[in-house]
Amino acid sequence: MLSRAAENIFWLNRYLERADNYARFIDVNLNISLEMPPSYSSQWLPLVETTGDADLFKQLYKEATAENVIRFLATDLKNPSSIYSCLNAARENARIVRENISTDMWEVINSLYLRVQNLRSDSLAHSPATLIAIFREIRNTVMTFYGTMEDSISHSEAWHFGRMGRFLERADKTCRFLDMKYFILLPKVTDVGTSLDQLQWAALLKSTSGLQVYRRQYGQIEPANIVRFLVLDREFPRAIRYCLIWINHSLHELTGTQNYSFSNIAEKKVGALLAELDYKDYDEIRAQGLHEFLDHVQLRCNDIGQAMAETFFLPVV
Amino acid sequence: MDLKSYQVGPFHDEMFVAPGEPRTHARAIADKLSQLTLNELKECKQTAETALRRLGITFNVYGDEGAQERIMPFDVIPRVIANEEWSYMEKGLIQRITALNLFLEDIYHEQKIIKDNVIPADVVLSSKGFLKECMGFSPPKKIWCHITGTDIICNRHGRMLVLEDNLRSPSGVSYVLENRELMKGIMPDMFQSGEIRPVADYPYNLSKLMQYVSGKDRPVMALLTPGIYNSAYFEHSFLARQMGIELVEGRDLVVQNDRLMMRTTTGLTQIDVLYRRIDDTFLDPDVFRADSVLGARGLFAAYRAGNLALINAPGTGVADDKVVYAYVPDMIKYYLGEDMIIPNVETYLCWRDSDREYVLANIEKLVVKAANEAGGYGMLVGPHSTKAEQQEFRNRITANQRNYIAQPTISLSRTPTLIGDKLEGRHVDLRPYILYGEKIEIMPGGLTRVALKQGSLVVNSSQGGGSKDTWVMR
Repeated sequence: MLSRAAENIFWLNRYLERADNYARFIDVNLNISLEMPPSYSSQWLPLVETTGDADLFKQLYKEATAENVIRFLATDLKNPSSIYSCLNAARENARIVRENISTDMWEVINSLYLRVQNLRSDSLAHSPATLIAIFREIRNTVMTFYGTMEDSISHSEAWHFGRMGRFLERADKTCRFLDMKYFILLPKVTDVGTSLDQLQWAALLKSTSGLQVYRRQYGQIEPANIVRFLVLDREFPRAIRYCLIWINHSLHELTGTQNYSFSNIAEKKVGALLAELDYKDYDEIRAQGLHEFLDHVQLRCNDIGQAMAETFFLPVV
Repeated sequence: MDLKSYQVGPFHDEMFVAPGEPRTHARAIADKLSQLTLNELKECKQTAETALRRLGITFNVYGDEGAQERIMPFDVIPRVIANEEWSYMEKGLIQRITALNLFLEDIYHEQKIIKDNVIPADVVLSSKGFLKECMGFSPPKKIWCHITGTDIICNRHGRMLVLEDNLRSPSGVSYVLENRELMKGIMPDMFQSGEIRPVADYPYNLSKLMQYVSGKDRPVMALLTPGIYNSAYFEHSFLARQMGIELVEGRDLVVQNDRLMMRTTTGLTQIDVLYRRIDDTFLDPDVFRADSVLGARGLFAAYRAGNLALINAPGTGVADDKVVYAYVPDMIKYYLGEDMIIPNVETYLCWRDSDREYVLANIEKLVVKAANEAGGYGMLVGPHSTKAEQQEFRNRITANQRNYIAQPTISLSRTPTLIGDKLEGRHVDLRPYILYGEKIEIMPGGLTRVALKQGSLVVNSSQGGGSKDTWVMR
């Protein structure tokens, strides 16, 4: 397929996944903060720091209040990664590659886009109730989109590039949110094991839709198991390793390269990171330092994105 | 709906002979309209608008906060054409396009029509669309105008006239196809009798045409678009999808060894035939406009080397020049030995002294057009203009005689249109789409454009026009 089209489908999925992740994440944190006593100083700035956009946030807003942070991450078009910005970008990409997606896929994105346009014109500062409803709608629409993509196009190039975009974004976001909880929301020593701590971990799992699955597999909430679940699991769709397995699979399907070998730099980088996760255990991660490890994974994910661009989207002529 | 109160007025009405009296071929739709209540009709309109928005059939006006999108206004009452009327139109259009194609082949070779003094050399050679770079070369199968959109109007007496030809990427066919889908959704019962001729095989015919001119059994075909910021982008994307061909932009293209290639995820793939929706002068920065990024360097060389077929061939613009238009009757006589079947609108050429004098003296009664503009721009509608505007145009004509023509204001035919809560007559024209491949095939009907403003004769969508579905009855 056209390199430009492949790139656009890749990014279309990345933007949707990003919007979805942010929606889930803000939703859950909004949820917790609503139940907190007034003495609890909710920490909203960490959410911004997680996304790596703290500088931009500080330029646009004075205080890291709940309202400002949510606006920045959700509705502010001056933030190119806000949910609304992502949906706009996704829809533009969909328009560009309409020949490679099905009409159903187009209509799902377009309807959400039009809906969001209508909402925006109502008010830039939505009430919590409105936000919660919007986030739910976004999550449902993204799920519908993925479902439609599953069944309405061939599982060939366009489908593979879309999935790789989705999983790369997901791996990156899972990494960041895990890091945020563990590192940025540094619990005071006295907070570890308290209900606040438990609540925050539960919130993290909920935002990945994984709380129930986790409980079935591991029972009680324990940081070590959460790391195993979200980083090393082979089967849970939001685990970092799961994402890399399927990126690797798609790459090999596209090039026809045999497993355990590589024919381009993208395959090499993905293969290397995946192999690392395949044979890692929690104790090794802890010894390295969870934050350092997650940082390392994130950097590798960035490299992978770059490698894909070099391999498929900008071929040297 | 009460049809008796519909005002036919002093115009030729496409649907009604007299108030309450539909034309024979329009009986079915008139019956349907009289059965529908106003609310039902308005619901139809609502359904159509929602569908248009959902499908993304919109015009973009780009502001600072992303796209402001407007839907192309669509009126749910179709414009109906009788079978005999269509047969006549078909014959006339086939004659016309045959002559135009022969004209193009001639003027880029021996120019016999000029040597035989049928058309002045100056008229042809000074046309903006005449490209000297195309001299001495014949496109595959000697076909130049693969896709033509000829605008047809009816005057107050119901006489059919050709208003103009459009041989450079005529647009609008996607609206025809989508309008038909909308109507099938709104009034499915009207289609069950099979009396309305289908239009859906246009994309198939177009891809057959492209395959034919490529000279290959399984050519690689692509559609070149300027990109998503172009107002006709929806159509480019739509047609590419319908034909199952690649939609490419300038940046996807590179020419190697006189072959046009597109960049794919598995390397470069050669394109055999390209339906290009960009202007001739943007095709190749090495040959034409050096600042163009819409085409590719060396594309024209690939074309002249015979490795690339282009739809429409470069150089066809000379044939849709409004001054050259006035000579089409002569072309038909010269190349085919026939009289013109569908007449031109009477045309005054401002570089001819007596014509020009008449135009300057009677400008308030005439429609004045610049030879190479499109979209209703560069045009003066005399009866609707101010004295200042008229003087402005007199000045322009005097300054650049070759560039202006004038025609009498034609009272275009009208057809019932839903305006608010009533049925009112609005002026329409018709653009049938003519495909010239192994055979000349004309899609039944075409785009009916309607001037939605009361009394307006300007139907272009960029200036407040809308469209209707067009039914050619069997």
